[in-house]
Amino acid sequence: MVNTKVILSGWELDNPVIGASGTFGFGAEFAQLYDINCLGTFSFKGTTRDKRFGNPTPRVAECPAGMLNAVGLQNPGVAEVIATELPKIKQYFHKRVIANVSGFSIEEYRACCALLDREEQVGMIELNISCPNVKHGGMSFGTTPESAAEVTAAVRAVVKKPLYVKLSPNVTDIVSIAKACEAAGADGISLINTLLGMRIDRRTRKPVLANRMGGLSGPAIFPVAVRMVYQVYEAVSIPLIGMGGVSSAGDVLEMMLAGATAVQVGTANLIDPYVCRDIVQALPAEMARYGIHTLQDMIGGAHHG
Amino acid sequence: MTQGIYHIVENKKLAHLTYRLILRGDTAALTAPGQFVNVRLEGAFLRRPLSVCDYDTNSITLIYKVIGEGTAAMSRKQAGETLDLLVGLGNGFDTTRSGEMPLLIGGGVGIPPLYRLCKELLAEGKKVSIILGFNTQREVFYEEEFRALGASVFVTTTDGSHGTRGVVTEAMKGLAYSYFYTCGPLPMFRAIEQVARTGGQFSFEEHMACGFGACMGCTCATKYGDKRICRDGPVLCREEIVW
Repeated sequence: MVNTKVILSGWELDNPVIGASGTFGFGAEFAQLYDINCLGTFSFKGTTRDKRFGNPTPRVAECPAGMLNAVGLQNPGVAEVIATELPKIKQYFHKRVIANVSGFSIEEYRACCALLDREEQVGMIELNISCPNVKHGGMSFGTTPESAAEVTAAVRAVVKKPLYVKLSPNVTDIVSIAKACEAAGADGISLINTLLGMRIDRRTRKPVLANRMGGLSGPAIFPVAVRMVYQVYEAVSIPLIGMGGVSSAGDVLEMMLAGATAVQVGTANLIDPYVCRDIVQALPAEMARYGIHTLQDMIGGAHHG
Repeated sequence: MTQGIYHIVENKKLAHLTYRLILRGDTAALTAPGQFVNVRLEGAFLRRPLSVCDYDTNSITLIYKVIGEGTAAMSRKQAGETLDLLVGLGNGFDTTRSGEMPLLIGGGVGIPPLYRLCKELLAEGKKVSIILGFNTQREVFYEEEFRALGASVFVTTTDGSHGTRGVVTEAMKGLAYSYFYTCGPLPMFRAIEQVARTGGQFSFEEHMACGFGACMGCTCATKYGDKRICRDGPVLCREEIVW
């Protein structure tokens, strides 16, 4: 018997597989297909203080090993999430969830996080300071160590639950930003968000996305994500949640060897809606294949010797 | 919605760049005309959404146009090969509002989902008329198939090479109808919205990733709130659409 449990800031997950924010909605679409209680947990759709429609369409485009999105944080707003979505989640998901929060000002981040921090169903807050698809806010908080530290400290002051900060790869030195978040009181780091990209329609000579640019996700970015998790693991002592193109149980192990305690699966859900369940089921055999008995023991394994 | 592997029975050219694909497999997830499937293709990262033309207990008929590399790859698939599909996506048309004399209006590759709709309305005893709009003669398909079902069929081509010269709204002028259903390009929808005299339903197209409501890639604003074209659509009622 292998042991797939991992511990994330005191929160024991049955396995490290987490549905990633923005690809898993509030879980309902997947709960109709399979029992999502098999997951470690999931991170719900990025929530802001106020309801948002998001960007105009087209919002998605593709490339050979991934896709671009410029959804722009469409969500019903924190009040509606608490009043409607959390009670719905309770009916099909019996574990705690990760509350992914985004914002356009420090005050907004604080207000939204403080409300979600009171909810029993929320296991941790994932502070998204890395959305590339919104102007003034989102990623602009995540591109310098100073601004990342400022928003982290401000939210830390109002949040009792574990606080993870989700970082952008669209920076010169992600390590300095991760260190700044740790120093400002983050309990962990989630990485990476999408890489800013663009496609142009050769016929119309116009960008495919109405927003012109969007975030690249999918297998194309997996090596970038592994590299950044590896670098950040060496520089901080708080746990990491690794994400970016993870599509198989093998990818999960690789991300954990780089230093991730848990792993989010995102874009793969959109192509194969059962992929998270399949990864959870495949994990024990994949561990056995590499002689791993206890998953928690292999975290950061690529750094030793 | 279900995911499954479907066997290709036929993949045949019907008209210029237009193919009919017949697949064998589980169709239990299909519950209304106008729903769609999302097809996984080698070499394309995202699935390709295609409306369902017709189905029975163990086969699905799709008619698609070769637009880009994904659909071009699909046109090369042979009988005997398999495809991975998500089946039973979207809301589909609501036949309960049709009245006694529904009018169907299809533009080009928007025509296929109207075939199943036409069948169901006729089975309900409705007197169905359909306008099939094309650019030119070599693109015309399914004119005889709709006639064989028992519908009154009117064909228009923009260049006048087949049927009546002009666009579908020209053909609408002389017809009496109780309600309308339409699928086709957006400029055609806007023209129909200008001249239609009854309520109706429009089946929309949008770039999408998942097709089942998870990614929020295809959201549009309606008078009844934000809707995902893939999950809350693709069919929207005339009264809710924000043009």
